[in-house]
Amino acid sequence: MKSAWNKFYSWLDERVQLQNLIQFMGKKYVPVHSHSIWYYFGGVSLFLFIIQVMTGILLLLYYKSGEEFAFESIQYIMSKVNFGWLIRSIHSWTANLFILTAMIHMFSVFFEKAYRKPREMTWITGMLMFFLALGFGFSGYLLPWNELAFFATKVGTDIAGVIPFIGKPLMIFLRGSEEVNGATLSRFFGFHVAVLPGIFTVLLGIHLVLVQRQGMSEPLGLGANSKSGLKTMPFFPNFLLRDLLFWLVVLNLLAILAVFFPWELGKKADPFASAPAGIKPEWYFLFMFQTLKYIPAKLLVIDGEVFGVLLFSFAGLLWMLVPFWDKKSNRGEQNRFINYIGLFAVLYIIFFTILGWLL
Amino acid sequence: MMNKEILTQPEQSKRNFLKIILSGGIVALVGSILYPIFAFLKPPKQGEVEVSSVKVGKLKDIEKNSGTIVKFGTKPVLLVRTESGDLRAFSATCTHLDCTVQYRKDFGMIWCACHNGKYDLNGRNVSGPPPRPLNEYKVVVQGDNIFVSKNV
Repeated sequence: MKSAWNKFYSWLDERVQLQNLIQFMGKKYVPVHSHSIWYYFGGVSLFLFIIQVMTGILLLLYYKSGEEFAFESIQYIMSKVNFGWLIRSIHSWTANLFILTAMIHMFSVFFEKAYRKPREMTWITGMLMFFLALGFGFSGYLLPWNELAFFATKVGTDIAGVIPFIGKPLMIFLRGSEEVNGATLSRFFGFHVAVLPGIFTVLLGIHLVLVQRQGMSEPLGLGANSKSGLKTMPFFPNFLLRDLLFWLVVLNLLAILAVFFPWELGKKADPFASAPAGIKPEWYFLFMFQTLKYIPAKLLVIDGEVFGVLLFSFAGLLWMLVPFWDKKSNRGEQNRFINYIGLFAVLYIIFFTILGWLL
Repeated sequence: MMNKEILTQPEQSKRNFLKIILSGGIVALVGSILYPIFAFLKPPKQGEVEVSSVKVGKLKDIEKNSGTIVKFGTKPVLLVRTESGDLRAFSATCTHLDCTVQYRKDFGMIWCACHNGKYDLNGRNVSGPPPRPLNEYKVVVQGDNIFVSKNV
């Protein structure tokens, strides 16, 4: 057994020089300090993404796209297929937890200014993946073709439609038609299972290679003072085992959520029914949804909605480009201003999410 | 790394106990993940409606020396009217590789296009690769209506 493995290894090594690769993988160290806990959220997001890929592939075996089949096929998965209820429930719950952990990861990187030079590209790829995650959420939400999803998609694509100049064509591109109908469902299905995963995987690859290549960022002011730097632990196996332990905890949490709070399917979408009372988007879109409610219909010359959409787009863009305008952190100095912006963003999102939840 | 010093008896048994607990836990974890996945992979039994008899058409619509495929539940059945006017029905699924057979007027046989299998009008495999005869169905004519039912 052992010698067969060794033979195989040297066969491979002779051809692709594994030695270098193993050295590259093996020489990563994780700084140990009081903020180390935040290092775990990138890894757990990766874990949740892997779960999404696996449960997503499983669901693909039975899911049927199309107005006449989508809802029924999910009903079938949940009632007839062995453990179908579990797989679908895990997929839905993981989607939400994934966005949550990715958000925590993003904010922790923001507050630690880990995006600063030389990690600008890691931050940008991360932000792009976060936007894709929202796209995954939005497109996947429609696939069961239920009432809530139908209207959420109508509203969501309609909002895309208010963007000046490109809005209308963008809306038609997203919907595959003037209206939300079977054509939209086919498109969203394609986005959800082919387009988004493809782009996401490329970005994820770059993101991970960068992390491996550059090592973990040390918080400003923690390691810089002492000559010897921070204490470290090897990534493999010390940190990885801690990672795995956290993953195990999250897996258990997921199992509890999926079993005791199974994801509902709701009523089948009916294009000729009116929207149900109290309809709301998923929680991660709620703060934007709630904000739009408070913007007056007309602001000087532009529509309130247009203003809201442009405002959020602009804020998102600034957020994504932070490594390029936060010069102070790049020089290794403290920048309190960034903390205030981050704090404002967190409080704003929490406040308006709760408001949107309650109202 | 692992310290290789000699352990006392209780230490050794404690270590063994932990090993068993840990590896048992890992096996249980892996099992509880893999079992649902493999169970999920197996498609559920379709709730097939048990069909015993189907009305397939009217006698006057079916010419002599012709064959048509009729639906028998979810399965295709070949209804043949011979030159003499007899009605016969066979499973239209070729016993070779599951293709659907057809009636060939020109040589008065049942023929499978996929691999040139031939059956006579009693459903017997007479040439080509089919290993078994086609299952026969019972045809009953009531008035002008033709019924096909399972040959019990």
